[in-house]
This record gives sequence, C-alpha cells and structure tokens, in this order.
Amino acid sequence: MLVNQFLILAAVLFCIGVYGVIARRNAVMVLMSIELILNSVNINFLAFALRNGSIDGHVFALYIIAIAAAEVGVGLALVLLVYRNRKSIALDELSEMKG
Amino acid sequence: MVAQNIAFGIIAAIMVVGALRVVTVNNVVHAALWLVLVLAGAAAQYILLTAEFVAVTQVLVYIGAVMVLFLFGTMLTRAQLGREKKLNNSTWYLGIPTSLLLLGVMILALTSSFGNEKLPTDSEIVSTQAISDQIFGPYLLPFWALSFVLLVAVIGAIVLARKD
Amino acid sequence: MFAEASTVAHEALSSGWFLEHAFLIPIIPAVAFALIIFFGKKLPMKGSELGVLSMIGSLVFAVGAALQWIHRVNGAGEGQFIDPVIRSWTWWNSGGFHFGIGQHIDGLSLTILVVVAFISSLVQIYSLEYLRGDRRYTHFFASLTLFSAGMLNMVVAENMIQLILGWEIMGLCSFMLIGHWWEEGANSRAALKAFFTTRTGDIGLLVGTSVLFFSANSWTQEHLGVSGFSIRGLSAWALTGNPGHAAITVGAVALFIACIGKSGQFPLHTWLPDAMAGPTPVSSLLHSSTMVVAGVFLVARLYPVFFKGMNILGSGVNLITVIGGITIVVAAALAFVQTDIKKVLAYSTVSQLGYMMMGLGAGAWMPAVFHIFTHAFFKACLFLAAGSISHSASHHSFEMKKDMGGLRKFMPITFTTWIISTLALCGVFPFAGFFSKDEIIDNVGHNGYTVFMVVGLVGAFMTAAYMTRATYLTFFGEPRGASAGESHDDHGDAHATHDTHDTHDAQAHHGPHESNLLITVPLMILATLALGAGLFNATPFGESWERMTKWVEPRSVVVADMAHASVGETRGVRTDDTVAPPMMMSSTPTATASGEETPVGGEALTTASESSAHAESVCGTSAPEMGTCYAPQLHHAPFKWPKAAMSVVIVLLGMLISWLISVQMYTKKAGFFVGLTSRNKLLALGYGFLVNKYYLDHLYEKVIVHGIAHPIAKAAYWVNQNILDGIINGVGLVTRRVAGWVYRNVDQRVVDGAVNGSGAVARGTGNALRPVQSGKVSQYGALLFAAAAVAGLVLIIVNT
Repeated sequence: MLVNQFLILAAVLFCIGVYGVIARRNAVMVLMSIELILNSVNINFLAFALRNGSIDGHVFALYIIAIAAAEVGVGLALVLLVYRNRKSIALDELSEMKG
Repeated sequence: MVAQNIAFGIIAAIMVVGALRVVTVNNVVHAALWLVLVLAGAAAQYILLTAEFVAVTQVLVYIGAVMVLFLFGTMLTRAQLGREKKLNNSTWYLGIPTSLLLLGVMILALTSSFGNEKLPTDSEIVSTQAISDQIFGPYLLPFWALSFVLLVAVIGAIVLARKD
Repeated sequence: MFAEASTVAHEALSSGWFLEHAFLIPIIPAVAFALIIFFGKKLPMKGSELGVLSMIGSLVFAVGAALQWIHRVNGAGEGQFIDPVIRSWTWWNSGGFHFGIGQHIDGLSLTILVVVAFISSLVQIYSLEYLRGDRRYTHFFASLTLFSAGMLNMVVAENMIQLILGWEIMGLCSFMLIGHWWEEGANSRAALKAFFTTRTGDIGLLVGTSVLFFSANSWTQEHLGVSGFSIRGLSAWALTGNPGHAAITVGAVALFIACIGKSGQFPLHTWLPDAMAGPTPVSSLLHSSTMVVAGVFLVARLYPVFFKGMNILGSGVNLITVIGGITIVVAAALAFVQTDIKKVLAYSTVSQLGYMMMGLGAGAWMPAVFHIFTHAFFKACLFLAAGSISHSASHHSFEMKKDMGGLRKFMPITFTTWIISTLALCGVFPFAGFFSKDEIIDNVGHNGYTVFMVVGLVGAFMTAAYMTRATYLTFFGEPRGASAGESHDDHGDAHATHDTHDTHDAQAHHGPHESNLLITVPLMILATLALGAGLFNATPFGESWERMTKWVEPRSVVVADMAHASVGETRGVRTDDTVAPPMMMSSTPTATASGEETPVGGEALTTASESSAHAESVCGTSAPEMGTCYAPQLHHAPFKWPKAAMSVVIVLLGMLISWLISVQMYTKKAGFFVGLTSRNKLLALGYGFLVNKYYLDHLYEKVIVHGIAHPIAKAAYWVNQNILDGIINGVGLVTRRVAGWVYRNVDQRVVDGAVNGSGAVARGTGNALRPVQSGKVSQYGALLFAAAAVAGLVLIIVNT
C-alpha cells in the first residue's frame, strides 16, 4: 500500500466536504459536510501514524471524534435555535453580516 | 498485499461516490444515509491502517450517535422529508472551482513529497492498551481539556435548545 | 501528579524553613480569596478580616524568608555565588513537555515579596475604613486578595509559565478593581481601556516566552536539566549558551513590549491615568506601588536576557533606555496640566517607572530595584493621603483647583505624611527617594549614557515642580469648593452612587476634618518608611551601608557547572580590589585547580580605583569556557557628594520656582500668569498638546482604528467585488478609476491633490463597492478556502 493512496483519498474527501460547505443552503447539510472534512483529517492522522510507527496519531484521531461529537451537538442546538426564531434554516437568509 | 489494495480500492470508490452523493442529493434524509456509508467506509479504512480501536470508536460514536443526532435535527427543524428543490445556495457554483483548486494543490503537494513511498507492511494492529497508555500518560492534559469541551458542549446545547 | 522534581538547594549555604517554603506566600491569599468569595458575606466583617489576615500572614512568611536569606548571604564566603532557593514540581505535562511550578527565591524576589505583602496589608487595613458600607465590599476585598496572590505568585515564579499566570491574574484583578464602581460609565470604560491596552502588550509576553523557550530549551535541558521556561535556565542560557543574536533580540524585544504595556511606558502609558477611576486604595496598591512595577520586575528578573538581547552597556543606546527616558519627560510634562490630584500622582508614577526602566536599560540594576522598593512606600503613601483628603475633606472629589486648598490646618497628619512623601518623591536628602533616584541618575551617567543622565536630571526638576504645584493647590491657599464646606451635587467621583454613603456624606458637610485611625496609621507607617527606607542602601555613607546591594544584587561570578560538579558546592572566583593579590591567590586555589577561568587581574585593577563593591568577571561580555553565569557583570558608580549636591540643588530650584509661580498664579492671581496660556499662542499650543495627552488617544482611536482597520475592510470589499463580478468588470472599473484619478489629480490638482485625491479615491471605491458585500456565509467560506489554496500553492512554489 502506498502512503499516497490514503492521503489522496483524504484530500478528495476534504475537497468534497469543502464543496458541500460552500454549496449547501440547508444548515444540517453544511454540518454533514463538515463531518466529511473531519473524517478526511482522521484518515490523514492514521495514515501518518502507520507510516511513522507512532501512536500519537491514534490519540488525536480519538480526540477529533470526540470533538466532532461535541461540535455536532452544539451545531444542531444552534440550528434548532435559528429554526425556532426564523422558521427556516436556510443559511443564505442569515445575511446580517451584509456590509 | 494485493488483497489489501483491492479492498482499499473498492472501499475508496464507495466512499468517494457516497461523499459526492452527500453533497449533491436533494433530500436531507438520503444525504444522511449516504453519510453513513462514507463513515462506515472510513472505519474500514482505519482497520486497513491497523487502527482497530479508532475504527470501533468511529462506528460507535459516528454511526451510532452522531447520525441519530443528525436525523433528530432534520426532524426537529421540520425539513421536508422528501425531495427539496432549494437545498443549494444561489452561488453554489463557487464551490466547484474552489474545491478543485484546493484538490489540485493538495495532490501536487502530496505527489511531490511522498511519491511512491510505501507504508510498512509488517506492523501489528495497535493495541487498545497502548493507546490508553498514551492518552492517560503524556496526553492527559488534552484529555482533561477535551472533557471540559464536552461538558461545555453538553451544557451549551441544553441552554441553546431548551424552550424558555 | 505533584512529584518533587528537583530541589536545588545549597548544602554549604544556610537555608531555613521560610526560605524553603516561600511558595506558600502566594498560596495564603489565594486560599483566602476562595474563602472570601464563598463565605465572605456571612462573616461578621463581610470577608475583609480574611483578606487582612491573609496579607499579614504572607507578610510574616515573606519577612521570615527575607531574614533567612540575609543570614544565608552573610554566611556565604566572599565572592561565592548565592544560589537562589529553587524548588520545582511538575505542574502539568503534555506530549512530553513538562511544565513546572515552584519557587525561585533570591534577593530580588524577596525584596518585591516583602514590599507587596507589606503594602497590601496596609492598603487592606486602610480600605476597611475607606470602603465602609460599599455595596460590593466583599467583592472588593476578594479582588484585592486575589490580586495580591497573583502578584506574589508572579514574583516567586520559577518559570515563565508560572510568571504569566500571575501576570494575567493581576491584569484581570486590575480590570475588576478599576471598574469597581461600574455603574458610572467612565469607570467601566477606563477598566476596559486598561485591560485592552495591557493585553496589547501581553501579546509580546506570549511571543517572547515562546521564542525564548524554543531557542533555549535544548541548551538548558542539556546543561542544567531544566526546561527553557525556567528563569534560572534562561538567565544562564543568555549569558553562557552563546544564544543566537536574532533569537534573543526578538525574545527580549517581545518581552519588553509586555513590560511597556504593564508598566505604563511611553507609547502605551495612556491607560494608567485613566485607571485612577478605581477606588483610591486600588490606585495606591495596583497602579502605583506594585502591579505597575511588574514590567520593571520582569526586566530585572530576566536581566541577562535583556542584557544580551538589548545589548545593554554595549555601544550605542538601547530600546529600554530610550523608552524609559522618553517616559520620564513625557509623563512629567503631562503632570503639570492635571487638575485631578490622582492624575498628577498617576503621571508621576509613569515618570518614576520611566526612571526604573532607564536605570535597567543603562545597566544600573541595583539602583532600579532599589527605586522599586522606595518608590512603593512613598507613592502608596501619596495616594493614600489623596484618598484621605477626598474621604474626609473634599467630599469625594479629587479636583485640586475646585475642591481643595488650605487643608494643612484641618488635616495635620495627612499633610505631614504628604509632605514627607513628596520630599521623598522629589529626591531631597535624606528622604528615601534621594538614595534611589540619585543612584539611578548617577549610574546612568557613569555607564556612559550622558544624554540620559541629563534626561534624569530634567525629570527630577520637573518632578519637584509639579509636586510643589500639587502640594500648593491642595494644602495651601484658601479652601475652595467642597473643602470650604460647600456641597455640590455634580462632583465626579462615583462614590456618589453609594446610597450607604449618605450618612458619611452628611458628616463631610460639616467641613474638612482629619481621617480616623484606620486611615492615618497606614499613612504614618508609610511616611516613616518614605523617610527611612533609603537607609537600606545608603550609598553616600560608605560601603557598609550598602546592605541591599549585598543582599539583593546577584553576584556575577562564574559558577561551576552543576551538571559536572559532583559536589553540590558552587565555587565562584572573583578578584576583589580590597584583597591584596597574594591573598587572592591563596584564597582561591580550589577554584583555579578545578580549571575555572580566573578573571585577569588587570581588569580588576581598573575597577579598583572606583572602589567598586564588585569584582570583575567575564559574565556578560563573553561566555565562560567552564561553568555558568547567572548575572552579568555590572559596575557601580562611586558616590560623589558634588554630584549629589547638584541634583539636590536642581530639585530645590524646581520646588522654589514652582512655588513662586503657584503663589502668583493661584493665590495672588497675578495678571501675568492668569490666563497666560490663552493669551500666548505658543503656550496655548503647548498647553492644548498636553491637555490632550499628546493626542495619543486620538492616534489610537481615530488614526489607527479608523485609518487602518477601515481601509483593510474596504480593501476586502474591493477584492470581494472583483472576484465576484468577474475580471472584465473589475479591469474596466479599475482602468476607469485610474484614468479618472490621473486626470483629476495629475492634470487638475497637482498641487493640493495628493492628500485630497487619495482620500477621495479611497472613499469613492469603498462606497461604490459596498453594495456588493453580500453577508452570505457561503461566499465568505469560498473566499476562505480559495485563499488557503492559493497560500498553499505559494508555499509549494517557494519551497521547491
């Protein structure tokens, strides 16, 4: 197995996730795309852990999984709050940052 | 060796297709199911990378818990369960050049630095005990920080989502 | 978790329980803080007794440790390096890095510990009366106690991480205490300003600590077995480890930026006078005597790093001296136009901190540290006296011109203590300030910084003059405003918001009177020290009086490398000019036998004529071949009475001139002086310049925030627009604008177009492009990732 086959798979997943973050309008879908990005990072960590013969990558992959769970929890709570206030979770309607 | 490469190829193809479906289908529930496929594929890749414990955690946490959260989120926000027309932004096309540019840069960097480097084949599966020794040894402090983050997230989610 | 890692104590040097357990000094107030917060309101004195008791406890421990340290120094041999008492435990570790916590006790830290604990105790006692009936009485004492815990922790800190911990606790407490009466908008604004200004500097602290850690860690681990955060390790590394020039310079400059912020040095001094919005005990404790010297302390603590990084005593001037010198004059000038008595004192503090910095920058380490010591007493006393006036005489007003005057008859104790402290501040013989300030000026001149010696003398003249003006306005002349018994409702102090103060205010209406014992006793104690503290290091009376120099100044000797020495004993070599050469040879056979580099006798001879208490060592000038240096070699200026007399004469002259002008201006209302600034255009210009504090606040708010942040935002709009709208549109727009700009400015307004034109273009572009700013998150996300991709591409291209 090549190092690169895992790394390039991770890169592809990452870019698909980036596309999802940019293109999606529904906030839940954006959160799903972020999960894709996080998973690609995990694949990277584990590939390098195997390559370097170190365990640190595993530790951080576990931490990332835990952080992702927390992020989804808070993210969905935010989405719920937005929905309750505006009856919509379309991100392009949240344009209060307009200059 | 060949078997592993074939397994990798099949799983990777499933994952890429699944990921593409996640960001293109017009149905939130379907997207969530495609995401399950990608996450399961990722767990399989972790096993190929000798990371047994991480793979199990991935299945338990992601497929078990996070996906349920997503489905709940979808239901609670009363998204249409069927097809939806406007799941994409008006400027969704911006994502294509951006992600292609990013992909090009990353592949350029990866091929130029790792080329045909091979992963070691004789390595054993990393034992759970070794990981726990790392976590509760030198990485104890990040572990504490992480527990605080989780606590804060739990409290924050309750505060944000409860109805006053 | 808390396993003892190392105890670097010395067998040959005496030690003691207090010295070994000095880490308890900050723990006592920290525990007291927790108790006050949780149980304070239920206690009979609402938690204040815990604060006072904990400070007295810390003081007892600090004094005990100091006495044992003195014993340790006295028992040590001539020229022996006095090892600091260092203890260290692992606080936390992460991924193989161990972060320690512990104590680094030497003369410098003990000096500051005693000062902080002492002044904190007195200020807390004073606050018992001053804040009686305050609505956040318990929280006030809790913050004050936590502040003391933070400061004491910073002083005992064994490494930079622990120091940062204490530093940030102080910053937080400063914020809470300045904004203690936050109901008044100005107070919470002042608190925020203080917090943000010091935070700006604190970035330097983090950057500097990181830079030094990554440069020093491998050396310190190898040679001393301590991390690159350790203060001992950093000192040794700077002098012994041949640090890279760039690394140590960047580290020292970054750390000094933090000191500028914390110690109110020139460009970032604007927060300190505003911080006077806090209660007077806070001004006295935090913003004059203790917290603001944290920056000076940091420079003194890591002096080897600054010595090497800033090239102190090298050719040319260095940043510390320049900043210190500018601060002295700039702040002293500002003190002349203040009408608020606390602001006069605040600018005076800034100016005195400038003296300390200048002294450190010019190699006058000991005088600067001694000035911290003496300044703490007389400046705390001045602030407490000002508080006493506002508390008992002027109806909570600090306006000298409006509400004070003629108070010397009503407040004899406050008046006497004020006068003693003023004389000490001005540096009149034999008050405390004379011994420290004159030493700084003298040593700065001696080390070849003649310009800065003149700056110091000018500063002394100005100090004498503005303090005389303040004294005259406050205590002489006729009583005015509130102190004459008038009551007015619109006085500015936030005290007025206290409903519970009404009973007390009713008293104040009966006219000015002396404050009660809880206020006057701390004043008298501080005034006594303002009178006598100089005797701790009275250079004019001969070497036997230079006790602080002996006890506090780290001896600059080459210490045998701990890693190689099998016995724990450290041997230092120094040649002393009082010792005859044959004796010197016989007294140091062991040292020379162990292969240490003995300083050349010829160098010692050059200092012999100066009757220096110090020996010559290679430390600071070059790295020793064997062993380790912990302190650079500094020289002490020989004391000469004519020089001292000159500075005293300058001070007296300043007082006299200021007195005469004050009498003419404020009492006799002589036609020449009254309204002079409004009649003479040049003077009016200068006055306006000073009243507006050199327009520095305007610079920060108007020019930097509006001038830099807004164009960046506009530039971002511009980029956004051009990416979104396509290149053709953008090119067309730019071409048209450039053409228009060329036409309008080059063709039409060649003369006055430069300023107007560029402004118009910036505004025009901004306005034209503003509607395109969508506010949509996804577009911002696209920009972010695209920018990351481009940056990655650039990195790849650069690296291949």
